[in-house]
Amino acid sequence: MTAIIEADHLTIRFGQVTAVNDVSLTVEKGEIFGFLGPNGSGKTTLIKALCGLLAPSEGTGRILGMDIRKDAAEIRRHVGYMSQKFGLYEDLTVAENIAFYAGVYGLDAKRAEERTHEVQKLTGIAPYMKRRAGQLSGGWKQRLALACAIIHSPEVVFLDEPTAGIDPVARRALWDLLFQLSGQGVTFFVTTHYMDEAERCGRVGYIYLSKLIAIGTVAELQRLPEANPAGTTRVEIETANAAAMLDRVRGMEGVREATIFGRSIHALAETDRLGELRAELPQARIEAIEPSLEDVFVTLTYQIMEAAR
Amino acid sequence: MKALFPTLFRGLVPVCRKEFLHIVRDPGTLVFALALPILQLFLFGFAVDTNIRQVATVVLDQSQTQESRRLLESFAGSDVFALRSYVTSPDAMYEAIRSGKARAGIRIPYDYARRLQDGTGATVLVLVDGSDSTVAAQTISTATGVALQQSLLRVLPDGTMPVEVRPSVLYNPATRSANFFVPGLVAILLQVMTILLIALSLVRERERGTLEQLEMTPVAPLGLMVGKMIPYGVLAFGELCAILAVMRVVFLVPVHGNVLLLLALSLPFLLTVLGLGLMISTKAKTQAEAFQLSMGTILPSVFLSGYIFLIENMPLPFQWISHLIPATYYIRILRGIVLRGAGMADLWREAVILTVMGCAAILLAARMFVKSRQ
Repeated sequence: MTAIIEADHLTIRFGQVTAVNDVSLTVEKGEIFGFLGPNGSGKTTLIKALCGLLAPSEGTGRILGMDIRKDAAEIRRHVGYMSQKFGLYEDLTVAENIAFYAGVYGLDAKRAEERTHEVQKLTGIAPYMKRRAGQLSGGWKQRLALACAIIHSPEVVFLDEPTAGIDPVARRALWDLLFQLSGQGVTFFVTTHYMDEAERCGRVGYIYLSKLIAIGTVAELQRLPEANPAGTTRVEIETANAAAMLDRVRGMEGVREATIFGRSIHALAETDRLGELRAELPQARIEAIEPSLEDVFVTLTYQIMEAAR
Repeated sequence: MKALFPTLFRGLVPVCRKEFLHIVRDPGTLVFALALPILQLFLFGFAVDTNIRQVATVVLDQSQTQESRRLLESFAGSDVFALRSYVTSPDAMYEAIRSGKARAGIRIPYDYARRLQDGTGATVLVLVDGSDSTVAAQTISTATGVALQQSLLRVLPDGTMPVEVRPSVLYNPATRSANFFVPGLVAILLQVMTILLIALSLVRERERGTLEQLEMTPVAPLGLMVGKMIPYGVLAFGELCAILAVMRVVFLVPVHGNVLLLLALSLPFLLTVLGLGLMISTKAKTQAEAFQLSMGTILPSVFLSGYIFLIENMPLPFQWISHLIPATYYIRILRGIVLRGAGMADLWREAVILTVMGCAAILLAARMFVKSRQ
C-alpha cells in the first residue's frame, strides 16, 4: 500500500487561535477517508493546509510524496478539490465551466476534449452542457463541481461537505460516483456531517476542538475503549412513547447519556445498575448493543467536554 | 529560467477568456459601466464652467441722466453683468442680493452727472456677493475695467490709449474652461470606472465562493491578476476612445497633439488604476466595501491631482501627496497632448512614472492577494 496523504503532527495557528492541533493521519491509495467534526473544528483548514494553501505552523505533510510546504504549486496540479459552497460560475454554461477548469489545470486541447468526454460520461451531465450552471438543481451542480474537480484526472480529491443540502437520491448518486472512481484508484478525503456517509467510508477520523480524537475503521471506532468505558453497557431501550420517556431515563442514576434513535432510546448505562433500569421500566425491552458511529463521537465529545471542565 | 514565465503567469489565458465571458453574459452591467462615464462627462462637462458671464445684476439709478445710462450701457456691454432688474431704493437693492435674485448691484448716486461735469470725481457703488469667490473676483475686475475705460474716454476724447496691453493666450485662445476641465475629467471618469469594475470582479468571486475553488487550482496569483486585467483593460480602453470622441465632438475641445500618442500613453495609466483596483479587491471582503474603497480614490484624484487646484499653490505636504497620485501624471499627459500639442519628448517622464507605478501596483496586489489567504 502506498500512502497518498500523510500528515505528521500538523499544527496550524492563526495568531493566537490554533485551528489544527497536532494532527497525524495517513490515507492509502484508493481509500475513501471520511473526516468528521463539528463546524469550526478545523476540517477545512486541514484540507487547505494539505493542498498547500496554508503553511503549517508546525509538523509536516505530504501529498503523493510531495512536501506541502515546498511543492505547494506542484501538489495543486495533482489534487482535486470541491468546496462546501458551490464554487463554480453560475453565469457560465456547464461546458464553459468545464473548459475553464481544463484550462486552469493546464490541459492541452486534445487532452481537454478527451477528459471532457470522460467526465461527461461518468457524471451523465452531457444533456446539460449548454445550460447555465446557475440553472442546475443542487444534485447536478454537485456533479458538475465533481466533474470540474476531476477534469485533470487527479490522484487525490478533497471533498468538503459535498452533499450538504442535496436530496437523498442525488446524495446516493454522488457516492456511487465516488466508489466508481475509488475503484479506479482515486483517493478521496471527504468531510461530512452525515453519519450514514461516514459509515460508507473505509476509514474515519473525528476532529474536535482542532484535535484529531479518533481515527480508524468504523468497526475499530465502535470497539474503542473510550467509547465503551469500563463498567458500562450501551443498551437499546424499546418502549412505547420513547420521546416522553427520554427525560426520565436521563434523570436516572447510573445513566451517563441517552438519546432517541427512531422509536427507541439508546443509553450508556453503568452495567451494575442495569437491574435498576429494568425495574424502573418493566414494560420496556432492554438489550445490549454495539455503539453506532454517532454514539462513539458523542461519547468522545462528552468526555473531552468533561475533562475541559 | 525558461519555465519561469509560464509558471509565474499560470492560468492567465483561461482566466482572461472566462472574464470576457462574464462581461458579455452580463450586458446590463456592461452598458451601465460604459454609459455612466459618458453621461457624467455630459453633466460635468456642461456644468463646470469657470468663465463668468451674465451675472444677474440689480441697478439703482438715482441719477437718471444720459451719463448714468451711458455708464450702465458699458456695464451691460461687458458680458459679465446682466442688468436684470431696476429698483428705486437702497433697501430694495440689498434685499435683491440677500435673497439671491442678484449677485451684483450697481448704485449710481444723484450727483453722478453733476460731479462728472464738475470734475470733482463721481463715485459709483458696485456691490458684489462674495459667497462665490470666483464670481466676486471677476465681477470686481470687470467693474474696475469699466470705470477705467469711462474715465479714460473723458480724459482722452480721441480714444487712443497711451499704453495698451494686448494679452494673447496660447493653447486655449478663447480661455474656454471646457478645454481645461474636460481633459482632466477624462482621467477621473476613466479611473473611477476601471477601479470599480476590476475590484468588484475579484470581490464578487470571493463573495460567491468561486475564489475558494480557484485557489485550490494551480493558477498563479499573477496569472489570476493579469488574466483579469486584460479584459477590463480592453473595456476601459474602449471607454477612453468613446470619452475622447465625446470630448472632441460635443465639447469641441480640439486635440492639438497626436491622438495615437495620447492613446498609447493612456496604457500606463490604465495599468496603474487596474493594479489599484486589484489592491482594493484584496482588502475588501464584500462588494459594498470594494465600492466604498473605490469611491475613496476619487476625492484625492480630483482635488490633489491638479485637476481643479494648481499643485504649485498647495501646501508642501499636499504637493508631495499629489506626486503619489496617478491621475496627476495622466492629467498632465492629457492636457499636454490635447491642449498644447506636447509630444513624447515632453511627456516621457510622466509615462515612465506611471509605468513604474502600474507594475508596482500589480506586484503589490499579487502579494497582498497571497497574504490575504493566510
